[in-house]
Amino acid sequence: MKSLYALLKRDMTLFFRSGGGAGQAIGFYLVVVILFPFAVGPDLNLLARISIGILWVILLLAILLSAERIFADDLEDGSLTLLITAGPLPELVILTKLIAHWIAIAMPLLLITPVLAIMLNLPLGGLMPMILCMFIGSLGLCALATIGASILVAIRRANQIISLLILPLYIPTLIFGVSATNDLTFEVEKPYASLTILIAITLISLLVAPFAAAQAIKANL
Amino acid sequence: MFGLANPTKFMRFSSILLPYLMAITLSLLITGMYMVWNAPEDYLQGPLSRILYIHAPAAYLAQGIYVFMALANFTGFIWRHPLADMAAKNAAPIGAVFTALTLLTGMMWGKPAWGTWWVWDARLTSLLVLFIIYLGYIAIWQVIEDQVKAARIATILVAVGLVNIPIIKFSVDWWNTLHQPASLIKTGGSSIHSSMLIALLIMFAAYTFLFVCLLFISVRTEINRRRARAFEMRVLQQNIQQVNQSTDAALNHKDQ
Repeated sequence: MKSLYALLKRDMTLFFRSGGGAGQAIGFYLVVVILFPFAVGPDLNLLARISIGILWVILLLAILLSAERIFADDLEDGSLTLLITAGPLPELVILTKLIAHWIAIAMPLLLITPVLAIMLNLPLGGLMPMILCMFIGSLGLCALATIGASILVAIRRANQIISLLILPLYIPTLIFGVSATNDLTFEVEKPYASLTILIAITLISLLVAPFAAAQAIKANL
Repeated sequence: MFGLANPTKFMRFSSILLPYLMAITLSLLITGMYMVWNAPEDYLQGPLSRILYIHAPAAYLAQGIYVFMALANFTGFIWRHPLADMAAKNAAPIGAVFTALTLLTGMMWGKPAWGTWWVWDARLTSLLVLFIIYLGYIAIWQVIEDQVKAARIATILVAVGLVNIPIIKFSVDWWNTLHQPASLIKTGGSSIHSSMLIALLIMFAAYTFLFVCLLFISVRTEINRRRARAFEMRVLQQNIQQVNQSTDAALNHKDQ
Protein backbone atom coordinates (compact mmCIF):
# COMPACT_ATOMS: atom_id res chain seq x y z
CA MET A 1 0.00 0.00 0.00
CA LYS A 2 2.81 2.33 0.97
CA SER A 3 4.71 1.59 -2.22
CA LEU A 4 1.61 2.23 -4.31
CA TYR A 5 1.15 5.60 -2.61
CA ALA A 6 4.78 6.43 -3.38
CA LEU A 7 4.19 5.48 -7.00
CA LEU A 8 1.10 7.71 -7.13
CA LYS A 9 3.07 10.64 -5.77
CA ARG A 10 5.99 10.00 -8.13
CA ASP A 11 3.75 9.82 -11.20
CA MET A 12 1.94 13.04 -10.35
CA THR A 13 5.15 14.90 -9.58
CA LEU A 14 6.61 13.76 -12.89
CA PHE A 15 3.49 14.80 -14.71
CA PHE A 16 3.18 18.26 -13.21
CA ARG A 17 6.87 19.14 -13.53
CA SER A 18 7.52 17.99 -17.08
CA GLY A 19 6.36 19.01 -20.52
CA GLY A 20 4.04 21.83 -19.49
CA GLY A 21 2.31 19.65 -16.89
CA ALA A 22 -1.34 20.40 -16.32
CA GLY A 23 -1.10 23.49 -18.50
CA GLN A 24 -0.94 21.38 -21.64
CA ALA A 25 -4.32 19.74 -21.16
CA ILE A 26 -5.98 22.96 -19.96
CA GLY A 27 -4.58 24.86 -22.93
CA PHE A 28 -5.92 22.26 -25.34
CA TYR A 29 -9.34 22.31 -23.69
CA LEU A 30 -9.52 26.09 -23.79
CA VAL A 31 -8.43 26.41 -27.41
CA VAL A 32 -10.89 23.84 -28.71
CA VAL A 33 -13.75 25.43 -26.79
CA ILE A 34 -12.91 28.78 -28.38
CA LEU A 35 -12.97 27.20 -31.85
CA PHE A 36 -16.58 26.07 -31.57
CA PRO A 37 -18.33 29.47 -31.51
CA PHE A 38 -16.27 30.44 -34.56
CA ALA A 39 -17.34 27.27 -36.35
CA VAL A 40 -21.07 27.24 -35.57
CA GLY A 41 -21.66 30.97 -35.10
CA PRO A 42 -22.11 33.04 -31.92
CA ASP A 43 -25.83 32.29 -31.52
CA LEU A 44 -26.24 31.79 -27.74
CA ASN A 45 -29.36 29.61 -28.03
CA LEU A 46 -27.61 27.19 -30.36
CA LEU A 47 -24.54 27.14 -28.11
CA ALA A 48 -26.69 26.41 -25.07
CA ARG A 49 -28.21 23.47 -26.91
CA ILE A 50 -24.90 21.90 -27.92
CA SER A 51 -22.67 23.01 -25.03
CA ILE A 52 -23.00 19.76 -23.04
CA GLY A 53 -22.04 17.68 -26.07
CA ILE A 54 -19.11 19.95 -26.96
CA LEU A 55 -17.61 19.85 -23.48
CA TRP A 56 -17.92 16.06 -23.31
CA VAL A 57 -16.27 15.55 -26.69
CA ILE A 58 -13.37 17.81 -25.76
CA LEU A 59 -12.89 16.08 -22.41
CA LEU A 60 -12.78 12.78 -24.28
CA LEU A 61 -10.21 14.05 -26.78
CA ALA A 62 -8.02 15.61 -24.08
CA ILE A 63 -7.84 12.27 -22.26
CA LEU A 64 -7.27 10.35 -25.48
CA LEU A 65 -4.45 12.58 -26.71
CA SER A 66 -2.57 12.31 -23.44
CA ALA A 67 -2.97 8.52 -23.25
CA GLU A 68 0.46 7.85 -24.72
CA ARG A 69 2.09 9.58 -21.74
CA ILE A 70 0.83 7.00 -19.23
CA PHE A 71 3.54 4.46 -20.05
CA ALA A 72 5.86 5.85 -22.75
CA ASP A 73 8.38 7.68 -20.53
CA ASP A 74 8.52 4.85 -18.01
CA LEU A 75 9.23 2.34 -20.74
CA GLU A 76 11.99 4.50 -22.13
CA ASP A 77 13.96 4.82 -18.88
CA GLY A 78 13.35 1.20 -17.94
CA SER A 79 11.31 1.86 -14.80
CA LEU A 80 8.22 0.22 -16.30
CA THR A 81 10.00 -3.13 -16.53
CA LEU A 82 11.02 -2.86 -12.89
CA LEU A 83 7.54 -1.84 -11.77
CA ILE A 84 5.87 -4.70 -13.60
CA THR A 85 8.33 -7.45 -12.75
CA ALA A 86 9.66 -6.50 -9.31
CA GLY A 87 6.99 -4.33 -7.74
CA PRO A 88 3.66 -5.28 -6.17
CA LEU A 89 0.99 -6.96 -8.32
CA PRO A 90 1.20 -5.56 -11.89
CA GLU A 91 -2.55 -4.99 -11.95
CA LEU A 92 -2.30 -2.79 -8.84
CA VAL A 93 0.61 -0.87 -10.31
CA ILE A 94 -1.43 -0.15 -13.41
CA LEU A 95 -4.48 0.84 -11.39
CA THR A 96 -2.30 3.29 -9.47
CA LYS A 97 -0.79 4.77 -12.61
CA LEU A 98 -4.27 5.07 -14.08
CA ILE A 99 -5.54 6.99 -11.05
CA ALA A 100 -2.47 9.23 -11.08
CA HIS A 101 -3.14 10.01 -14.72
CA TRP A 102 -6.79 10.70 -13.96
CA ILE A 103 -5.94 13.14 -11.18
CA ALA A 104 -3.30 14.83 -13.29
CA ILE A 105 -5.35 15.19 -16.48
CA ALA A 106 -9.02 15.23 -15.56
CA MET A 107 -8.95 17.27 -12.34
CA PRO A 108 -7.50 20.44 -13.93
CA LEU A 109 -10.06 20.14 -16.71
CA LEU A 110 -12.90 19.83 -14.20
CA LEU A 111 -11.62 22.98 -12.47
CA ILE A 112 -12.00 25.15 -15.56
CA THR A 113 -15.14 23.46 -16.89
CA PRO A 114 -17.55 25.80 -15.03
CA VAL A 115 -15.99 28.89 -16.61
CA LEU A 116 -16.10 27.43 -20.10
CA ALA A 117 -19.63 26.11 -19.58
CA ILE A 118 -20.86 29.58 -18.71
CA MET A 119 -19.12 30.99 -21.77
CA LEU A 120 -20.97 28.42 -23.87
CA ASN A 121 -24.25 29.56 -22.25
CA LEU A 122 -24.99 26.34 -20.38
CA PRO A 123 -27.88 26.99 -17.95
CA LEU A 124 -26.51 27.65 -14.46
CA GLY A 125 -28.42 24.67 -13.05
CA GLY A 126 -26.31 22.49 -15.31
CA LEU A 127 -22.96 23.27 -13.70
CA MET A 128 -23.11 20.85 -10.78
CA PRO A 129 -24.50 17.94 -12.87
CA MET A 130 -21.85 18.59 -15.51
CA ILE A 131 -19.01 18.41 -12.99
CA LEU A 132 -20.46 15.36 -11.24
CA CYS A 133 -20.95 13.40 -14.49
CA MET A 134 -17.55 14.39 -15.87
CA PHE A 135 -15.92 13.41 -12.56
CA ILE A 136 -17.35 9.90 -12.87
CA GLY A 137 -17.07 9.55 -16.65
CA SER A 138 -13.47 10.74 -16.92
CA LEU A 139 -12.29 7.96 -14.61
CA GLY A 140 -13.80 5.38 -16.98
CA LEU A 141 -12.31 7.18 -19.97
CA CYS A 142 -8.86 7.12 -18.34
CA ALA A 143 -9.23 3.38 -17.69
CA LEU A 144 -9.98 2.69 -21.37
CA ALA A 145 -7.14 4.99 -22.46
CA THR A 146 -4.82 2.89 -20.29
CA ILE A 147 -5.75 -0.21 -22.27
CA GLY A 148 -4.93 1.54 -25.54
CA ALA A 149 -1.66 2.93 -24.20
CA SER A 150 -0.53 -0.45 -22.89
CA ILE A 151 -1.33 -2.29 -26.13
CA LEU A 152 0.87 0.05 -28.15
CA VAL A 153 3.45 0.87 -25.49
CA ALA A 154 6.36 -0.34 -27.62
CA ILE A 155 5.34 1.61 -30.72
CA ARG A 156 6.61 5.17 -31.16
CA ARG A 157 4.16 7.95 -32.08
CA ALA A 158 1.23 5.61 -31.64
CA ASN A 159 -1.33 8.29 -30.78
CA GLN A 160 -3.36 7.97 -33.95
CA ILE A 161 -3.61 4.20 -33.74
CA ILE A 162 -4.55 4.47 -30.07
CA SER A 163 -7.41 6.74 -31.15
CA LEU A 164 -8.53 4.19 -33.71
CA LEU A 165 -8.50 1.43 -31.09
CA ILE A 166 -10.03 3.31 -28.19
CA LEU A 167 -12.59 5.70 -29.69
CA PRO A 168 -15.16 2.94 -30.36
CA LEU A 169 -14.90 1.94 -26.70
CA TYR A 170 -15.62 5.53 -25.65
CA ILE A 171 -19.05 5.62 -27.28
CA PRO A 172 -21.08 4.21 -24.33
CA THR A 173 -19.46 6.62 -21.86
CA LEU A 174 -20.14 9.52 -24.20
CA ILE A 175 -23.78 8.57 -24.76
CA PHE A 176 -24.61 8.05 -21.10
CA GLY A 177 -22.40 10.90 -19.90
CA VAL A 178 -24.22 13.39 -22.10
CA SER A 179 -27.66 12.01 -21.33
CA ALA A 180 -26.96 11.90 -17.57
CA THR A 181 -25.87 15.53 -17.68
CA ASN A 182 -28.96 16.45 -19.71
CA ASP A 183 -31.31 14.55 -17.39
CA LEU A 184 -29.92 16.20 -14.27
CA THR A 185 -29.83 19.66 -15.84
CA PHE A 186 -33.34 19.68 -17.25
CA GLU A 187 -34.82 17.60 -14.41
CA VAL A 188 -36.66 14.95 -16.39
CA GLU A 189 -38.88 12.33 -14.79
CA LYS A 190 -36.22 9.81 -13.71
CA PRO A 191 -33.08 11.95 -13.46
CA TYR A 192 -30.78 9.27 -12.04
CA ALA A 193 -31.33 6.45 -14.58
CA SER A 194 -28.55 7.48 -16.98
CA LEU A 195 -26.26 8.42 -14.12
CA THR A 196 -26.40 4.92 -12.65
CA ILE A 197 -25.59 3.39 -16.04
CA LEU A 198 -22.68 5.82 -16.41
CA ILE A 199 -21.37 4.69 -13.02
CA ALA A 200 -21.79 1.05 -14.08
CA ILE A 201 -19.83 1.59 -17.30
CA THR A 202 -17.05 3.34 -15.39
CA LEU A 203 -16.84 0.50 -12.88
CA ILE A 204 -16.71 -2.14 -15.63
CA SER A 205 -13.93 -0.22 -17.37
CA LEU A 206 -12.01 0.07 -14.10
CA LEU A 207 -12.39 -3.66 -13.56
CA VAL A 208 -11.28 -4.71 -17.05
CA ALA A 209 -8.50 -2.17 -17.65
CA PRO A 210 -5.85 -3.28 -15.11
CA PHE A 211 -6.02 -6.93 -16.18
CA ALA A 212 -6.00 -6.24 -19.91
CA ALA A 213 -3.25 -3.63 -19.59
CA ALA A 214 -1.08 -5.89 -17.42
CA GLN A 215 -1.32 -8.69 -19.98
CA ALA A 216 -0.55 -6.30 -22.84
CA ILE A 217 2.48 -4.82 -21.11
CA LYS A 218 3.84 -8.25 -20.25
CA ALA A 219 3.48 -9.22 -23.91
CA ASN A 220 5.28 -6.05 -24.95
CA LEU A 221 8.23 -6.14 -22.56
CA MET B 1 -7.80 -30.50 -34.73
CA PHE B 2 -7.00 -32.81 -37.70
CA GLY B 3 -3.34 -31.95 -37.12
CA LEU B 4 -4.05 -28.66 -38.84
CA ALA B 5 -1.64 -26.79 -36.58
CA ASN B 6 1.10 -28.06 -38.84
CA PRO B 7 1.33 -25.68 -41.84
CA THR B 8 2.54 -28.42 -44.21
CA LYS B 9 -0.45 -30.61 -43.41
CA PHE B 10 -2.74 -27.63 -43.74
CA MET B 11 -1.32 -26.79 -47.17
CA ARG B 12 -1.91 -30.35 -48.41
CA PHE B 13 -5.37 -30.58 -46.86
CA SER B 14 -6.47 -27.19 -48.17
CA SER B 15 -5.13 -27.72 -51.67
CA ILE B 16 -7.38 -30.79 -51.98
CA LEU B 17 -10.38 -29.09 -50.39
CA LEU B 18 -10.17 -25.69 -52.05
CA PRO B 19 -11.36 -26.59 -55.61
CA TYR B 20 -14.45 -28.31 -54.17
CA LEU B 21 -15.16 -25.35 -51.91
CA MET B 22 -14.86 -22.96 -54.82
CA ALA B 23 -17.20 -25.08 -56.94
CA ILE B 24 -19.78 -25.18 -54.14
CA THR B 25 -19.50 -21.43 -53.60
CA LEU B 26 -19.88 -20.65 -57.28
CA SER B 27 -22.87 -22.92 -57.80
CA LEU B 28 -24.57 -21.60 -54.66
CA LEU B 29 -23.98 -18.02 -55.76
CA ILE B 30 -25.32 -18.65 -59.25
CA THR B 31 -28.39 -20.52 -57.97
CA GLY B 32 -28.96 -17.85 -55.37
CA MET B 33 -28.70 -15.01 -57.87
CA TYR B 34 -31.03 -16.82 -60.28
CA MET B 35 -33.60 -17.33 -57.53
CA VAL B 36 -33.29 -13.72 -56.43
CA TRP B 37 -33.92 -12.69 -60.02
CA ASN B 38 -37.10 -14.79 -60.10
CA ALA B 39 -38.25 -14.07 -56.56
CA PRO B 40 -41.46 -12.05 -56.32
CA GLU B 41 -40.99 -8.34 -55.82
CA ASP B 42 -42.07 -6.66 -52.65
CA TYR B 43 -45.42 -4.95 -53.31
CA LEU B 44 -44.23 -1.76 -51.63
CA GLN B 45 -40.57 -1.56 -52.58
CA GLY B 46 -40.67 -3.17 -56.04
CA PRO B 47 -37.32 -4.32 -57.43
CA LEU B 48 -35.60 -2.41 -54.65
CA SER B 49 -36.10 -5.33 -52.28
CA ARG B 50 -33.56 -7.36 -54.25
CA ILE B 51 -30.70 -5.35 -52.71
CA LEU B 52 -31.57 -6.95 -49.40
CA TYR B 53 -30.51 -10.39 -50.66
CA ILE B 54 -27.00 -8.93 -50.96
CA HIS B 55 -27.28 -6.83 -47.84
CA ALA B 56 -28.59 -9.22 -45.18
CA PRO B 57 -26.04 -12.05 -45.68
CA ALA B 58 -23.20 -9.51 -45.67
CA ALA B 59 -24.49 -8.10 -42.39
CA TYR B 60 -24.57 -11.60 -40.90
CA LEU B 61 -20.99 -12.22 -41.99
CA ALA B 62 -19.83 -8.82 -40.73
CA GLN B 63 -20.82 -9.84 -37.21
CA GLY B 64 -20.11 -13.55 -37.59
CA ILE B 65 -16.53 -13.02 -38.72
CA TYR B 66 -15.78 -11.01 -35.59
CA VAL B 67 -16.91 -13.92 -33.42
CA PHE B 68 -14.90 -16.33 -35.59
CA MET B 69 -11.87 -14.06 -35.23
CA ALA B 70 -12.26 -13.99 -31.45
CA LEU B 71 -12.57 -17.78 -31.24
CA ALA B 72 -9.54 -18.25 -33.50
CA ASN B 73 -7.52 -15.82 -31.40
CA PHE B 74 -8.45 -17.57 -28.16
CA THR B 75 -7.52 -20.93 -29.70
CA GLY B 76 -4.16 -19.50 -30.68
CA PHE B 77 -3.68 -17.95 -27.25
CA ILE B 78 -4.58 -21.02 -25.20
CA TRP B 79 -3.18 -23.88 -27.27
CA ARG B 80 -0.36 -21.94 -29.01
CA HIS B 81 -1.92 -22.93 -32.32
CA PRO B 82 -0.01 -20.93 -34.97
CA LEU B 83 -2.55 -21.47 -37.73
CA ALA B 84 -5.38 -20.21 -35.55
CA ASP B 85 -3.52 -16.90 -35.14
CA MET B 86 -3.03 -16.72 -38.89
CA ALA B 87 -6.71 -17.47 -39.46
CA ALA B 88 -7.68 -14.64 -37.09
CA LYS B 89 -5.28 -12.24 -38.77
CA ASN B 90 -6.54 -13.04 -42.25
CA ALA B 91 -10.22 -13.08 -41.29
CA ALA B 92 -10.08 -9.43 -40.21
CA PRO B 93 -9.71 -7.79 -43.65
CA ILE B 94 -12.43 -10.07 -45.04
CA GLY B 95 -14.71 -9.08 -42.19
CA ALA B 96 -13.96 -5.41 -42.80
CA VAL B 97 -14.85 -5.78 -46.47
CA PHE B 98 -18.16 -7.48 -45.69
CA THR B 99 -18.93 -4.73 -43.16
CA ALA B 100 -18.21 -2.10 -45.80
CA LEU B 101 -20.40 -4.01 -48.27
CA THR B 102 -23.24 -4.04 -45.75
CA LEU B 103 -22.93 -0.31 -45.18
CA LEU B 104 -22.73 0.51 -48.90
CA THR B 105 -25.65 -1.69 -50.00
CA GLY B 106 -27.60 -0.36 -47.03
CA MET B 107 -26.99 3.19 -48.22
CA MET B 108 -28.07 2.32 -51.77
CA TRP B 109 -31.25 0.83 -50.37
CA GLY B 110 -31.78 3.67 -47.90
CA LYS B 111 -31.77 6.47 -50.46
CA PRO B 112 -34.93 5.33 -52.33
CA ALA B 113 -36.59 3.61 -49.36
CA TRP B 114 -36.00 6.10 -46.54
CA GLY B 115 -35.22 9.10 -48.76
CA THR B 116 -31.73 9.56 -47.36
CA TRP B 117 -28.33 7.92 -47.75
CA TRP B 118 -27.53 7.80 -44.09
CA VAL B 119 -29.34 8.22 -40.80
CA TRP B 120 -27.73 8.09 -37.38
CA ASP B 121 -29.79 5.11 -36.42
CA ALA B 122 -28.73 2.50 -33.89
CA ARG B 123 -28.04 -0.40 -36.24
CA LEU B 124 -26.27 1.68 -38.86
CA THR B 125 -24.14 3.38 -36.26
CA SER B 126 -23.19 0.19 -34.46
CA LEU B 127 -22.17 -1.42 -37.75
CA LEU B 128 -20.04 1.62 -38.53
CA VAL B 129 -18.43 1.23 -35.10
CA LEU B 130 -17.79 -2.44 -35.88
CA PHE B 131 -16.05 -1.35 -39.08
CA ILE B 132 -13.77 0.94 -37.07
CA ILE B 133 -13.04 -1.89 -34.62
CA TYR B 134 -12.00 -4.07 -37.57
CA LEU B 135 -9.68 -1.32 -38.80
CA GLY B 136 -8.08 -1.03 -35.37
CA TYR B 137 -7.56 -4.78 -35.24
CA ILE B 138 -5.94 -4.79 -38.69
CA ALA B 139 -3.72 -1.87 -37.63
CA ILE B 140 -2.39 -3.90 -34.68
CA TRP B 141 -1.14 -6.62 -37.00
CA GLN B 142 0.38 -3.98 -39.28
CA VAL B 143 2.31 -1.98 -36.67
CA ILE B 144 3.69 -4.83 -34.55
CA GLU B 145 6.30 -6.60 -36.61
CA ASP B 146 6.89 -9.60 -34.38
CA GLN B 147 3.93 -11.80 -35.35
CA VAL B 148 3.93 -13.87 -32.15
CA LYS B 149 3.74 -10.72 -30.06
CA ALA B 150 1.11 -9.24 -32.38
CA ALA B 151 -1.04 -12.36 -31.91
CA ARG B 152 -0.95 -12.03 -28.12
CA ILE B 153 -1.82 -8.36 -28.21
CA ALA B 154 -4.55 -8.88 -30.80
CA THR B 155 -6.10 -11.45 -28.46
CA ILE B 156 -6.19 -8.93 -25.62
CA LEU B 157 -7.81 -6.40 -27.94
CA VAL B 158 -10.41 -8.92 -29.10
CA ALA B 159 -11.18 -9.89 -25.52
CA VAL B 160 -11.71 -6.26 -24.52
CA GLY B 161 -13.85 -5.87 -27.64
CA LEU B 162 -16.00 -8.87 -26.74
CA VAL B 163 -16.79 -7.34 -23.34
CA ASN B 164 -17.45 -3.97 -24.87
CA ILE B 165 -19.33 -4.73 -28.08
CA PRO B 166 -22.57 -5.71 -26.30
CA ILE B 167 -22.32 -2.53 -24.21
CA ILE B 168 -21.71 -0.41 -27.30
CA LYS B 169 -24.56 -2.14 -29.11
CA PHE B 170 -27.00 -1.67 -26.26
CA SER B 171 -26.07 1.95 -25.63
CA VAL B 172 -26.42 2.80 -29.30
CA ASP B 173 -29.77 0.97 -29.43
CA TRP B 174 -30.94 2.95 -26.46
CA TRP B 175 -29.75 6.15 -28.10
CA ASN B 176 -31.78 6.01 -31.32
CA THR B 177 -33.62 3.36 -33.34
CA LEU B 178 -35.16 3.46 -36.82
CA HIS B 179 -34.01 0.27 -38.58
CA GLN B 180 -36.65 -2.47 -38.76
CA PRO B 181 -36.34 -5.24 -36.16
CA ALA B 182 -34.99 -8.66 -37.15
CA SER B 183 -37.46 -10.47 -39.38
CA LEU B 184 -35.67 -13.73 -40.16
CA ILE B 185 -35.23 -15.26 -36.73
CA LYS B 186 -37.90 -14.55 -34.17
CA THR B 187 -40.39 -16.42 -32.03
CA GLY B 188 -43.49 -17.56 -33.91
CA GLY B 189 -41.63 -18.30 -37.14
CA SER B 190 -40.10 -16.14 -39.82
CA SER B 191 -42.12 -13.25 -41.20
CA ILE B 192 -40.71 -13.67 -44.71
CA HIS B 193 -42.73 -15.52 -47.37
CA SER B 194 -41.22 -18.87 -48.38
CA SER B 195 -40.64 -17.79 -52.02
CA MET B 196 -38.26 -15.13 -50.77
CA LEU B 197 -36.97 -17.09 -47.81
CA ILE B 198 -35.40 -19.92 -49.85
CA ALA B 199 -33.49 -17.50 -52.07
CA LEU B 200 -32.32 -15.63 -48.99
CA LEU B 201 -31.16 -18.81 -47.24
CA ILE B 202 -29.21 -19.89 -50.32
CA MET B 203 -27.52 -16.51 -50.38
CA PHE B 204 -26.60 -16.94 -46.70
CA ALA B 205 -25.02 -20.31 -47.48
CA ALA B 206 -23.20 -18.92 -50.53
CA TYR B 207 -21.73 -16.07 -48.49
CA THR B 208 -20.58 -18.43 -45.75
CA PHE B 209 -18.80 -20.67 -48.26
CA LEU B 210 -17.33 -17.60 -49.93
CA PHE B 211 -15.85 -16.55 -46.60
CA VAL B 212 -14.31 -19.98 -46.03
CA CYS B 213 -12.81 -19.94 -49.55
CA LEU B 214 -11.34 -16.47 -49.13
CA LEU B 215 -9.95 -17.36 -45.73
CA PHE B 216 -8.28 -20.52 -47.06
CA ILE B 217 -6.75 -18.62 -49.96
CA SER B 218 -5.38 -15.83 -47.82
CA VAL B 219 -3.99 -18.16 -45.15
CA ARG B 220 -2.29 -20.19 -47.91
CA THR B 221 -0.85 -16.99 -49.36
CA GLU B 222 0.49 -16.02 -45.97
CA ILE B 223 2.16 -19.39 -45.43
CA ASN B 224 3.72 -19.18 -48.88
CA ARG B 225 4.91 -15.65 -48.19
CA ARG B 226 6.55 -16.74 -44.94
CA ARG B 227 8.22 -19.68 -46.66
CA ALA B 228 9.52 -17.45 -49.44
CA ARG B 229 10.91 -15.12 -46.82
CA ALA B 230 12.58 -17.95 -44.90
CA PHE B 231 14.08 -19.21 -48.17
CA GLU B 232 15.36 -15.74 -49.00
CA MET B 233 17.00 -15.49 -45.58
CA ARG B 234 18.66 -18.88 -46.07
CA VAL B 235 20.06 -17.88 -49.46
CA LEU B 236 21.35 -14.63 -47.99
CA GLN B 237 23.05 -16.50 -45.16
CA GLN B 238 24.72 -18.89 -47.59
CA ASN B 239 25.96 -15.96 -49.65
CA ILE B 240 27.42 -14.32 -46.57
CA GLN B 241 29.13 -17.55 -45.58
CA GLN B 242 30.63 -17.91 -49.06
CA VAL B 243 31.90 -14.35 -48.98
CA ASN B 244 33.40 -14.95 -45.54
CA GLN B 245 35.11 -18.12 -46.68
CA SER B 246 36.62 -16.49 -49.74
CA THR B 247 37.91 -13.52 -47.72
CA ASP B 248 39.36 -15.91 -45.16
CA ALA B 249 41.07 -17.81 -47.96
CA ALA B 250 42.42 -14.60 -49.45
CA LEU B 251 43.74 -13.45 -46.08
CA ASN B 252 45.40 -16.82 -45.42
CA HIS B 253 47.00 -16.66 -48.84
CA LYS B 254 48.37 -13.21 -48.06
CA ASP B 255 49.76 -14.35 -44.71
CA GLN B 256 51.67 -17.12 -46.34
